[in-house]
Amino acid sequence: MFVAWRDLRTAKGRFALMGTVIVLVTLLVGLLSGLTAGLARENVSGVTGLPADRLVFAEPPDGRSPSFSDSAVSEGQWRSWARRPGVVDAAPLGVRTTEAAAAPGSGGGTGGGAARVAVAAFGAEPGGRLAPGGLAPGRVVLSARAAEELGVRVGDRVRLGPGTAAVAAVEGDASHAHLPVVWTALQDWRRLPGAPGGATVIALTTGEGFTAAASEAADEALGTTALTVDEALAAIGSYQAENGSLQLMRGFLFAISALVVGAFFTVWTVQRAPEIAVLKALGASTGYLLRDALGQALLVLTAGTLAGTALAAGAGLLIGRSEVPFAVEPATVLVPAAVTVVLGAAGAALSVRRITAVDPLTALGSAR
Amino acid sequence: MTLLLDDVTLTYEDGGGRLTALDRVRLDVPAGTVAAVVGPSGSGKSSLLAVAATLIAPDRGRVVVDGADTAALDRGARSRLRRERVGIVFQQPNLLPSLTAAEQVQLMAHLSGRPPAAARDRARELLAAVGLAGEADRRPHRLSGGQRQRVNIARALMNDPAVLLVDEPTSALDHERGAAVLDLLVGLTRERGTATVLVTHDREHLARADRVLTMRDGRLTGA
Ligand SMILES: Nc1ncnc2c1ncn2[C@@H]1O[C@H](COP(=O)(O)OP(=O)(O)OP(=O)(O)O)[C@@H](O)[C@H]1O
Ligand SMILES: [Mg+2]
Repeated sequence: MFVAWRDLRTAKGRFALMGTVIVLVTLLVGLLSGLTAGLARENVSGVTGLPADRLVFAEPPDGRSPSFSDSAVSEGQWRSWARRPGVVDAAPLGVRTTEAAAAPGSGGGTGGGAARVAVAAFGAEPGGRLAPGGLAPGRVVLSARAAEELGVRVGDRVRLGPGTAAVAAVEGDASHAHLPVVWTALQDWRRLPGAPGGATVIALTTGEGFTAAASEAADEALGTTALTVDEALAAIGSYQAENGSLQLMRGFLFAISALVVGAFFTVWTVQRAPEIAVLKALGASTGYLLRDALGQALLVLTAGTLAGTALAAGAGLLIGRSEVPFAVEPATVLVPAAVTVVLGAAGAALSVRRITAVDPLTALGSAR
Repeated sequence: MTLLLDDVTLTYEDGGGRLTALDRVRLDVPAGTVAAVVGPSGSGKSSLLAVAATLIAPDRGRVVVDGADTAALDRGARSRLRRERVGIVFQQPNLLPSLTAAEQVQLMAHLSGRPPAAARDRARELLAAVGLAGEADRRPHRLSGGQRQRVNIARALMNDPAVLLVDEPTSALDHERGAAVLDLLVGLTRERGTATVLVTHDREHLARADRVLTMRDGRLTGA
C-alpha cells in the first residue's frame, strides 16, 4: 500500500466524497434492514413462537396458496394427524383477527366506552401443548402489548367477541400480522364472529419417523397441506406483501452501492493509468498493483461501512424506543454491512481489473 | 557483457503498414562503461532504450540484460529484472503525484522488498547528490521541471542497477547542474560497474563517454 496509501492522503477530498456516499448508503441499508426485521417480527412472532415445527392448513382451492385467513380444519383432521407415523403431537390452533376492549369497570381507565383494540385471537385447548399456563374457558392470556393497549392487568376482564373473559396472565410479546396476540380457550375462540367450528390450523410436533413422504401421504389422505413453520409465514398476508417489497428495496440499495463503488474506482483507475504505466515500467508487478488498488478500495469501503453501520445502529436504538417496529440485532446490523463490503469489493475488483491492460511502454511516450 | 542487443529489429504499427524504429541494431555495453547515443528526433533512440528495458519485445534479434536473455523471461520475471537490475531515467520525469521526492526514490526499494529504514537514508543521500537535499519532502507539483528531472535520476540509481538507461537527462537543466549530473552518472558507472546507455543532444557529454554511437532512421552506427 506504499502508493495507494499516499494517494488516499493526497486525494483526500475525492475519497472523502466516496466514503460519504458509502456511509449514507450503508445507513440507509441499515435502517431498512432494521425496519424489515422489526416489521417481520411483528408479523410472525406469534407463529414462530409456537412450540411446533409444522403447521397443517386445510388444502386451499386450486391455484391458491394456504393462508391463515381462509384455512379451517376439523376435529376429524387433527385426530387423524395425531395418529400419523412420526407425529408426536397434533394440536388445533384457532387464529382470528377480532376486536377486544376492557370490560366496563375494568382498566381502560377512561370511565366511558373503553377503546376497541384489534387483536389476533389464538385459540388453543386449555392444558394442551400450545396453551400458555393459566388458560381456561372464560379466561384469556394477553401478550404484553395487548395488555398495554387495552389498559388491563391480571384479574381485569376484557370483552372479546360476544363474551367477556378474565385476564389470567400477561406474558410474552407475540404478535401476528401486526396485531398483539390474545390467547383464548379454543371453545371460546369458536364463538368469535366468523370463526369456524373446528380450528384454523393444526400445530404439529414431529419426531424421528416423520418424513416428507409420510407428510405428503397424510396431506393426500386428509385433504390438508402441511408446511414447516418457515414456509407457513408466507400464509400471513401482510408479511408476504411487506417483506417482499422491503427486500426488493434492500436488494436495489445493495446493487446501487456496488455500482457506485464500481463507477468511482473505474474513473479513478482510468485517471491513474499513466501512473500505473510508470509503476509497471519501474518494475511493479501487475499483482502488486492490483493488491494495492484493491486494498485501497477495501479500506475506503470498510471505513465507510463501519461508520454507516454505527450510525444505523445508533439511529435504530433511538427509533426502537418509539412505536416504530425496528430490530437492532447482529443479524440486522452486521449482515447488511458485510454484504455492502463484499458487493462493493466486487464492484471495485471489476474496475481495477483494467490495471492489467495498462502498457508500461506508454510511460516512455508523450510527455506529460 | 552486461547489456547486449544483437541484430535487433523493432517495428510499430503505423496505419496500414509498419514503421521500422530499430533496424538490425547491434549494441554491446560492457560493465563500467558509458555508451552515448546521438541522433535526430524520431530516429529511434528512445525505442532502443525501451527494448533494452524490456518494455517492448523486438520483432527480431536478441536482448541480453545482466546475463539474462530477455526472450526467455515471462512478464513477472521481466518486471523483477526491471525493478532490481535496470535503472531507467525517462525522457520526461514521470513522477507520481502523491509521493514526495524522497518517497519517489524509496519506492524502488519498496518494490524490491528491501528494508525501509536503510532505503530512507539512501534516498536522502541520492537526493543530496543531485542537489535536492532541501526538497526531499516536496511533492512534484512543488518542484521545478529541472528538479523533477533530478528526482527521476535519483530514482533510477536507487537500486544500484546493473544497466542504466538514460534518456536526455540534462535537457531541462542549466549548464552547471547538467555537468554535475553527468559527473554523478559517469562516476557511478565506473565505481559500480554499471553498463550505461546515455541518449543525449549535448555535445559536451560526448567527451565523457567511452563510445559515441549515432542513430539515424533506426540504424545505429559509430566508433
Ligand atoms: N509507441 C509507438 N507506437 C508507434 N510508433 C512509435 C511509438 N513510439 C515511437 N514511435 C515512432 O518510432 C520512431 C522512433 O521514435 P523514438 O521515440 O524512438 O525516437 P527518438 O529518437 O527517441 O526521438 P526524440 O529525440 O524526439 O525523443 C518515431 O518515428 C516515432 O514516431
Ligand atoms: Mg526519445
